[in-house]
Amino acid sequence: MDRRTLLKLGANVLGMSLLPLGGAAWGARLEQAGPRLVVVFLRGAVDGLNVVVPYADDLYYEYRPTIAVAKPGSANGLIDLDGHFGLHPALAALQPLWKTGQLAFIHACGSPDPDRSHFEAQAYMETAMPGIPSTTSGWMNRLATAMQLHQAADVVAFGATTPLIVRGPAPVATFPTGRAATHPEAMDRGRVQEAFDRIYLNDSRLGGTYREALQTRSTLLRALDADMSASAQGAPDSSGFPADAVRAARMMTADPKLRLVFFQLGGWDTHVSEGAGTGQLANHLKPLGDGLAAFTAALGPQWRNTVVMVVSEFGRTARENGNRGTDHGHGNAHWVLGGAIGGGHIYGDWRGLSESELHQNRDLPVTTDFRSVIALIAQRHLNVDSAALRAVLADYAPGTASLDRLFA
Amino acid sequence: MFSPEQAIDRLTLGAAPEAFQRMQATGVGPWVEQQLDPGAEPATLAQRLSELPSFGLDPASAFDRYGPKPGMRQDPSARMAYRKGLHGLYLDAASARMLRGVHSPWQLRELMTDFWFNHFNVFFHKGLCALWTGDYEQTALRPHLFGRFEDLLLATARHPAMLFYLDNWRNAVPTSRGGHDHAGFNENYGREVMELHTIGLHYSQADVIGATRLLTGWGLNRRRAFHFASRRHDFSLQTIRGKRFAGGEGAIIDFLRFLARHPDTARHISFEMAQYFVADVPPPDLVTHMAARYNDTEGDLKAVTLAMIEHPAFARSAAQRNKFRTPYRYTLALLRATGCELDNIKPLIGTLHRLGQPLYGCVPPNGWANTQAEWLSPDALTHRLNLAVTIGAGWMKLFADQPHGHALPLVPVLEALQHTTLHSVLASARSAPPAMQTAVLLGSPQMQYC
Repeated sequence: MDRRTLLKLGANVLGMSLLPLGGAAWGARLEQAGPRLVVVFLRGAVDGLNVVVPYADDLYYEYRPTIAVAKPGSANGLIDLDGHFGLHPALAALQPLWKTGQLAFIHACGSPDPDRSHFEAQAYMETAMPGIPSTTSGWMNRLATAMQLHQAADVVAFGATTPLIVRGPAPVATFPTGRAATHPEAMDRGRVQEAFDRIYLNDSRLGGTYREALQTRSTLLRALDADMSASAQGAPDSSGFPADAVRAARMMTADPKLRLVFFQLGGWDTHVSEGAGTGQLANHLKPLGDGLAAFTAALGPQWRNTVVMVVSEFGRTARENGNRGTDHGHGNAHWVLGGAIGGGHIYGDWRGLSESELHQNRDLPVTTDFRSVIALIAQRHLNVDSAALRAVLADYAPGTASLDRLFA
Repeated sequence: MFSPEQAIDRLTLGAAPEAFQRMQATGVGPWVEQQLDPGAEPATLAQRLSELPSFGLDPASAFDRYGPKPGMRQDPSARMAYRKGLHGLYLDAASARMLRGVHSPWQLRELMTDFWFNHFNVFFHKGLCALWTGDYEQTALRPHLFGRFEDLLLATARHPAMLFYLDNWRNAVPTSRGGHDHAGFNENYGREVMELHTIGLHYSQADVIGATRLLTGWGLNRRRAFHFASRRHDFSLQTIRGKRFAGGEGAIIDFLRFLARHPDTARHISFEMAQYFVADVPPPDLVTHMAARYNDTEGDLKAVTLAMIEHPAFARSAAQRNKFRTPYRYTLALLRATGCELDNIKPLIGTLHRLGQPLYGCVPPNGWANTQAEWLSPDALTHRLNLAVTIGAGWMKLFADQPHGHALPLVPVLEALQHTTLHSVLASARSAPPAMQTAVLLGSPQMQYC
């Protein structure tokens, strides 16, 4: 079955009420697409000191005799950002965004909670309620409510599970990653779906989820159609983050209602053999950078009203450990990308690497609370008013003076 | 105690044809007693397991036979052979797990294996873990499921798969020489053995540093078997959670026993077990009751399990059928309901991957969640229904005794699921097209829960 047939089948099954409008009508609706936010969570604590590297500080090279990334101009060396910091060479695909002011970093950023447990810190970063382990809703879910997004297809998390960050009262959809996402499924056949309709539509526990499943499948089929017409222009048809990111961009172009997107990538817990300009960390950064660059390109004009935030639960130790790796730390570099942001700048309160400035003489301190970044994006980019924002960030009072120019 | 169908729901991987009659004949009480003291596999299953090429291979032999070979980097054909070997090891481990899950009469042992593997997770595809994951399950976990928690903890602590996965084989006092070029501290295991394996979040960074120093030298020898290297060990006195430990191998064992017997561990283990077997938010009185039993018996897991099963909250919760099956448990429940003889597990590897829970494929050490909030989503439900159709309609080549491409016979599935499926669903199945009838039963809303 080719995708065209699949799409028709889906259309038959789902009935006219759920069908996309015609191509021309999409075009008209695109104009009205509201601002979007994409969050990419790097699970396992990425080593931000090897991503946005203070290469002008000799202490960096002193602390990391075997895993420091070489200075700009050397083999596998850093990409200079501002004369003090350099970008990891595996992220070369992002250099044009930096130069055109569409990429910024906030260094020494993170959660005020000092614990170094991956799982607790991830939970706090997902609930945006550090220190309150009983929180059951994620901040992206509360943000969806604040943005008055009421359809599952308005908020999409990529992956097979529902991560805490999107959990809560507002409906959200999950979409598969990888090559299998585009395969036709048994449920796309009319007779199969009819049989399940009879036993699911009125089921008290699963009926709602079932109806959302039908709706989100139709959105995916639409995106596949967009994907297919784009593939003639050389869109990647493979697995990995770049392919998933491009698929997300196609979905966002096809569906203006899709406003919040979440991705998660693993493999950042580099206790052993982290590598420097090449190696383990570089191998994970490359698809991330390439994917984000491909995403911005695939969004086309829609990139102007999109912001991407890349976060991780905490940073890693300033000094390398005994195994050419790094252990769990505290502050980290957070990334912000956007078509209309004030980028090309390292934000935050950078205090250097001297022992007295390090947190517990070990890690970067947290000088910017990650919730200020969320608050800023919610207010200045997503137009969430301050009353609604209080429901997203609860007891947190935003104080974003140092980030002011990020959204001028 | 509770009804046969509740026992099948909560203490097995799912109803099989005739399971109900057998449970009724034995009686739930005696059946539970038997399950807590499991015996050997039946001959046919044992035969199938013994035919798996790497089944029962000890870690050192696995390293010799399947491990990386010198000069492999420069030799593409040697690299290919290496990868092929690892893939074979994966298939063997996954086959053993699923064949037992579907066909073993010792179903509680299979559930406990799922539970404890997850608690003491290792990731198959992290380097040399591939060589040892099968053995890890077979020798470190399975013998201790109904024994004492500290024996289970010590067996995992000494196993090469865990030593490699959480990096403690590299954890050494920085001044030491020998074996490895980059000797130094590594906090990975020291932290997780407290947070994930035993006491939970009740530790400080100072405790992590103390545990890391104490655990130096606890590693592997040249043949990659467990070995304590005193020359890599930090013999200085460590204080962890307020208790002092002198250096040496004995002190490490004392430390692990101290963790195993700690009341925080009792609560942590009891909570997790109750969440897996009873409810996403386990009743606090049940957890307290189990933890007390744990403390009274120095962590006798048989006693703790029985305390859970006999507590009124267990039957109350089973009556509600409110545990949403994880992808693994749903897949196994489908296979068991067919009553067919599982022959080829290969298609199921990709299935579990798409459902988000690849076997032996959890990367971080906290293992998979087992709550509905984690696993229920629109897309996940679509995948589950697709799988029910794929299996029910016979599109997946899985069974030795079924022709490929034909719908599986309805009667055995009806037989297996009649006690837990709504009448309206049974009626819908009967009115569905013949090729879809089995699929509808397998994919019913009731199959998603146990």
